[in-house]
Amino acid sequence: MKKLLARTSASLVALAAASAFSAPPKEAVTDGVVKIGVLTDMSGVYSALGGKGTQVAVEMAIKDFGGSVLGKPIQVVGADHQNKADIASAKAREWFDTEKVDMITGLLNTGCALAVQKLGGDKKRVVMVTGAASTDLTNSACTPYSVHYVYDTYALGKVTGQAVVQGGGKNWFFITADYAFGQSLEANTTKFVVKGGGKAVGSVRHPLSTADFSSYLLQAQNSGAQIIGLANAGADTINAIKQAREFGIGQKGQKLVGLLIFDTDIKALGLNVAQGMQFTSGFYWDRDNGTREFSKRFFAIHKAMPTMDQAGAYSATMNYLKAIKAAGTDDPDAVMAKLKSMNIADFFAVNGKIRADGRMVHDMYLMEVKKPAESKGEWDLLKIVKTVPGDEAYQPLSESTCPLVKK
Amino acid sequence: MNRLAWILLLAAGLAAPFAVYPVFMMKLLCFALFALAFNLLLGYTGLLSFGHAAFFGGAAYVTGHLVKHAGLTPELGILSGTLFAAALGWVVGSLAIRRQGIYFAMVTLALAQIVYFLALKLPFTGGEDGLQGIPRGFLFGVIDLQRHYAVAGKSLGLNLYYFVFALFCLGFWIVHRTIHSPFGQVLKAIRENEARALSLGYRVERFKLIAFVISSALAGMAGATKSIVFQLASLTDVSWHTSGEVVLMTLLGGVGTVLGPVAGAFTVVTLQSELSFVGPWITVIIGGIFVVCVLVFRRGFVGELGRILKRAL
Amino acid sequence: MSFQAVMSQVMLGLNNGVFYAMLSLGLAVIFGLLNIVNFVHGALYMLGAYVALLGFTRLGPLVGLPDYQMNFWVALVAAPLVVGALGMAIERTMLRRIRKFDHLYGLLLTFGLALILQGVFTNYFNVSGDPYEGKPEIFNGAVNLGFMFFPKYRIFAILASLAVCFATWFVIERTKLGSYLRAGTENPELVKAFGVNVPLMITLTYGFGVGLAALAGVLAAPIYSVSPVMGSEMIITVFAVVVIGGMGSIMGSIVTGLLLGMVEGFTKVVYAPASSTVIFLIMVIVLLVKPAGLFGKEA
Repeated sequence: MKKLLARTSASLVALAAASAFSAPPKEAVTDGVVKIGVLTDMSGVYSALGGKGTQVAVEMAIKDFGGSVLGKPIQVVGADHQNKADIASAKAREWFDTEKVDMITGLLNTGCALAVQKLGGDKKRVVMVTGAASTDLTNSACTPYSVHYVYDTYALGKVTGQAVVQGGGKNWFFITADYAFGQSLEANTTKFVVKGGGKAVGSVRHPLSTADFSSYLLQAQNSGAQIIGLANAGADTINAIKQAREFGIGQKGQKLVGLLIFDTDIKALGLNVAQGMQFTSGFYWDRDNGTREFSKRFFAIHKAMPTMDQAGAYSATMNYLKAIKAAGTDDPDAVMAKLKSMNIADFFAVNGKIRADGRMVHDMYLMEVKKPAESKGEWDLLKIVKTVPGDEAYQPLSESTCPLVKK
Repeated sequence: MNRLAWILLLAAGLAAPFAVYPVFMMKLLCFALFALAFNLLLGYTGLLSFGHAAFFGGAAYVTGHLVKHAGLTPELGILSGTLFAAALGWVVGSLAIRRQGIYFAMVTLALAQIVYFLALKLPFTGGEDGLQGIPRGFLFGVIDLQRHYAVAGKSLGLNLYYFVFALFCLGFWIVHRTIHSPFGQVLKAIRENEARALSLGYRVERFKLIAFVISSALAGMAGATKSIVFQLASLTDVSWHTSGEVVLMTLLGGVGTVLGPVAGAFTVVTLQSELSFVGPWITVIIGGIFVVCVLVFRRGFVGELGRILKRAL
Repeated sequence: MSFQAVMSQVMLGLNNGVFYAMLSLGLAVIFGLLNIVNFVHGALYMLGAYVALLGFTRLGPLVGLPDYQMNFWVALVAAPLVVGALGMAIERTMLRRIRKFDHLYGLLLTFGLALILQGVFTNYFNVSGDPYEGKPEIFNGAVNLGFMFFPKYRIFAILASLAVCFATWFVIERTKLGSYLRAGTENPELVKAFGVNVPLMITLTYGFGVGLAALAGVLAAPIYSVSPVMGSEMIITVFAVVVIGGMGSIMGSIVTGLLLGMVEGFTKVVYAPASSTVIFLIMVIVLLVKPAGLFGKEA
């Protein structure tokens, strides 16, 4: 038995030594294909605002780019991360190890994004986050291969928080999704509420994907705060706003403020319920001719106007491909160097720039939901109250704790 | 089983990473060990625990935390996770064996749910995000488990694989020894007829509890190993779906057979991975297998095979 | 901790509690006669809610009447019938076949069925849930209870559930039909000798038990979003309720369900993070002090 074991292992080692490859000639495009993985929430609480639409956007970008780069085909694979970090991480690992995926985009959940971004850092693959919001992604968790593309909790908290405090909403109570995203959004918003002379009187945490918000809403009501800040997103925000109306909350004195709202949420709530609400967005389909042109094409395929996550995924993919073309290779280091030096200018971002910490800085918008009378069409939902230049909206590079930032 | 068969299995285990994606292979081994541990309880003691994920996942969190934040080497991390699972198993077991049959199952399920909520709420677990970025580290402080070797154009993490395979063999050996010891015989006597075992003078509760602790410790070892492989401990590991999955693996392979849980775990994990393209239908398929197993296939396929070959496998 | 805060959370707790009560009642009835822990109970509760939802949104177009929307009151009757019929089919074709084996197989079989149902619905519906818009208009608005505004519909759901629970208790404990049932639990052979069709009685009982789950699902639909996972989240808690109550008596499961819902609500005021664990902690304590449960008989 022992002998046999020794023999087996010896032959295995020999096999390993014999077949170890001697460095192959360097190709411009490794594996002869550029493969983009769309890993996002396809079935859960955030699927309406990302999901299959994000994959549609990425496919559109590939088609618009011409379907190939440096003479090699561009492919796309999609998967549902189910808002579970373990599933996201296992899928991304499999994609990187066995499916030759070069870049992953989407990632609608901060927990998932953190896991995949870390893995991308370890395995030297590009990760362009368009969904998740936490500022951790460009601070302690940043990697040389990560880009945070569309928005983050700093910009959301700052723009909305300041606007509400200036409007007189000084006392805040938060209803917060109990994971990295919600906590980060609550912390960042609190910072700007306090800076503006307001204060946070309390908060309550709810699990992701909560069906019944009544007990949290009643805690918020009993706190006596003027503003109930919803540090959550997607179906959670919709549920909270709807149930607040059932219990007569948010009608007398108290006001609900959604800190992360997408067009699809407003659509689900209806203008009657949502009218007058203000929030921050990185994109609105009806902003100018460029956004309208893209959005109408997107609508033709997906039957809904693009959210900022979906439009962002298009832009991220497009610019990633442009960077490969400009660099003449899909080598991640070269591509990242290109991405960080080029200007991001398309319908999505007017003056975009990817910083050393991976933050894509671009203009943000303070939006307001139209009154039913103002709306001229099914998707005519919002108006832009104010455009906030990227450098004002986002965390200054000097404050980033990302080790890649040279100080 | 004869010696040749064992040697063939061992050789297959050693050669596997060259043929199959090693991370997938390691996942198989972790779940196989988990199912083996579970079967020690269901198959050889007749106790259906519906909360074994608590030990699997609980150990994953403890190991992950100690390796990540206290800088423990992976083998010490896994040892700590295993000990934690054993201690937890002692607590859960002491409470659960006060009830029998279906109640026992429900009590373990409910207690596992407390562990789930702790994993959600305790500060070190990362809540819904899970405990991420667990380093694989250096085995005994010297062997780099992250190291990949280039073999036939593929990059294989062989160090980690053989470490996991060794742990699996250790777990398998412990289960095998336990079953075939006098202690194991008493467990079987309890399974067959608890009242008779009691009247023969065996302290039944004590035997049950010891079996429970061994089983939970090994389940913990499986979970701890998985956290090193995937560098992540998450709520899925402690959720009751995982508890249900291990029941299915054991049932499908063959309750009360030595190789059944391994075969069952391999089948279920492979199905999940190969059929991942069907999306949520996978739950339907798994549920369907469950139903078919219970209705017509209660011996599991290793059990059926054993019946045909007329020997215990 | 103001009076207002405590009372409003306890009211919401009671609201959850009536659903615990209805589900654990169904489990108790089924367990009593079939000796099966009906793991699929949560999935059938979910199915009940979907019957209401789909009846409202999809049934009309499906049968060629695009304007037909199944009324809430119709759903209250239809869902228990549909789910009850499905339950009876399950009992006839599957549960009956494994009766002679260990009871644990019943638990495993129904667990598999739960996975199937949940999987099918996850495939077609978003796990974050769809709102049920068919709430009758008379329930719009809220009532001022002094300490809070409480939506009219929730008051109706509480009262309706309580009525169903006590009616069930009355039938089983105080009528002749109920006495057959109880006798069938104790000694099926003897009841058979009296000329009662025991297998039929078992089938009907199972149908009735899961019908209660479906009814709870319809009542819950306008309150919580209807989602494929609504049952699997509920069932574990209900199991704990059942262990605490002890399955000894029908009344036991009702009272335990209501009480634990309110305890949960109260915990939300005292220490919110513990509210999801408090039932399980109570279960541990009950097991230590009274292993057979609060209302259970010592075996």
